[in-house]
Amino acid sequence: MEDTKPEETNVEEQKDEEYKICPEKLEEAKLKSKYPHLGNKPGGSDLLRKRLQKGPKYFDSGDYNMAKAKIKNKQLPAVQTEKTEITGDHIPTPQDLPQRKPSLVASKLAG
Amino acid sequence: MAGAGGGGNDVQWCFSQVKGAIDDDVAEADIISTVEFNHSGELLATGDKGGRVVIFQQETENKSQPQCRSEYNVYSTFQSHEPEFDYLKSLEIEEKINKIRWLPQKNAAQFLLSTNDKTIKLWKISERDKRPEGYNLKEEDGRYRDAATITTLRVPVFRPMDLMVEASPRRVFANGHTYHINSISVNSDNETYLSADDLRINMWHLEITDRSFNIVDIKPANMEELTEVITAAEFHPHQCNTFVYSSSKGTIRLCDMRASALCDKHSKLFEEPEDPSNRSFFSEIISSISDVKFSHNGRYMMTRDYLSVKIWDLNMENRPVETYQVHEYLRSKLCSLYENDCIFDKFECCWNGNDSVVMTGSYNNFFRMLDRSQQRDVTLEASRESCKPRQVLKPRRVCAGGKRKKDEISVDSLDFNKKILHTAWHPQENIIAVATTNNLYIFQEKVN
Repeated sequence: MEDTKPEETNVEEQKDEEYKICPEKLEEAKLKSKYPHLGNKPGGSDLLRKRLQKGPKYFDSGDYNMAKAKIKNKQLPAVQTEKTEITGDHIPTPQDLPQRKPSLVASKLAG
Repeated sequence: MAGAGGGGNDVQWCFSQVKGAIDDDVAEADIISTVEFNHSGELLATGDKGGRVVIFQQETENKSQPQCRSEYNVYSTFQSHEPEFDYLKSLEIEEKINKIRWLPQKNAAQFLLSTNDKTIKLWKISERDKRPEGYNLKEEDGRYRDAATITTLRVPVFRPMDLMVEASPRRVFANGHTYHINSISVNSDNETYLSADDLRINMWHLEITDRSFNIVDIKPANMEELTEVITAAEFHPHQCNTFVYSSSKGTIRLCDMRASALCDKHSKLFEEPEDPSNRSFFSEIISSISDVKFSHNGRYMMTRDYLSVKIWDLNMENRPVETYQVHEYLRSKLCSLYENDCIFDKFECCWNGNDSVVMTGSYNNFFRMLDRSQQRDVTLEASRESCKPRQVLKPRRVCAGGKRKKDEISVDSLDFNKKILHTAWHPQENIIAVATTNNLYIFQEKVN
């Protein structure tokens, strides 16, 4: 036990030094303290799959009814803001349908 | 003195023009999504989130007033893409123009490729300055004449009319991509072009819309194993068999189409070794390459990642030959930049005509000019406050920490909603086009 103690303090000191030299690691510590559930692989498949699914999902009555049938007693999940969730899993409800685009007009750059 | 294409600190940049609305309330459709000069620099095209393309034309210089450099005025504007709906996936297909690429001019008409997430279109822009008059069977307004009233024959003639610029879609290259198209690039053979999405690259012939060759496919058999995506791709400017594509992991692969039909195996892999002790949660995200551009001479390529611009010699794969910091002061803000998603912003970069200076955008409507030949750099701002004709742009400085000097702006005061993602440099002259969120600024070299 006594043999390992000095080594432990050295590791701690090293970490402190790292934070001083490496602002990135400091920022990482900040992020992890705010989002403890954050996985360790940010570039991993979750983030990429979210990226691949970009685009608003519209109301699909089939999806909606299937989801209602599955989750009889639970509430439908609200829009997730946590960074770990894939937003594509959220089933849109008729209430939160995005507005249809307005009619197209000429670009202001040409004005 | 620096001649065509020089830049950096020899050149003083001054305001020339600004296009777009002044009001702060920006409609989403007005967000500029791409800017591109054509091969002669006479035309400048912009695309926006609303699927519209606006083309500006450089007016022929006024010889009597040499200090009044030629201006770019609206030449043509058209709706390139419309919003679509994928019924099978219940997903909207945005009409936002991701990229515009001009074809080299072959005849009187101009051609460009414009693409949204799913469909590429070839547009022909042609001028009409005369029209036929004196038809026998029709009146001038188009109504048909009663045949019984026609007693003589006349030969229709062409008469001059006010210049009309028409844009017409000549080809539509649809259904080639499952994922979102991020790049298009016209080949030097002037017959083919490539389009790249997150996982695949296709090669098309400009004349053929119902067939496309897949040349790169990095989709894993099991999507759970997905580790990287394609972020940009470009054909070599002279070698029609060579192209590069960049990835979200910071690597660039150069492929030779003579080696095999499917270029899944690269000919060269450009990757800078990483110091494992510096690795953090953000390392991979900020190493993701948002743009790759060959130099005009075809010997180098430039990549842009979140914090830096790197110049690579095509003959050296293990590290870039030059690295420039764009906004290193952001490294200590990565946590908040991750939270507000700014860390995923995709900045583009561009070369000047003789490859001596490169330019890229930053936040707070700042953009950076990095002079390779003089190893100097300057930060400039595209702002309505420096909009007097021929007003010289003052260099800007960001204070990373400690005491802020006069004229410096502190990192915490930067406006991260004012991003310059898209910039373009005239192929021959020192004229640059810089797009803020909804305005297009044109700056020119100060002429004494």
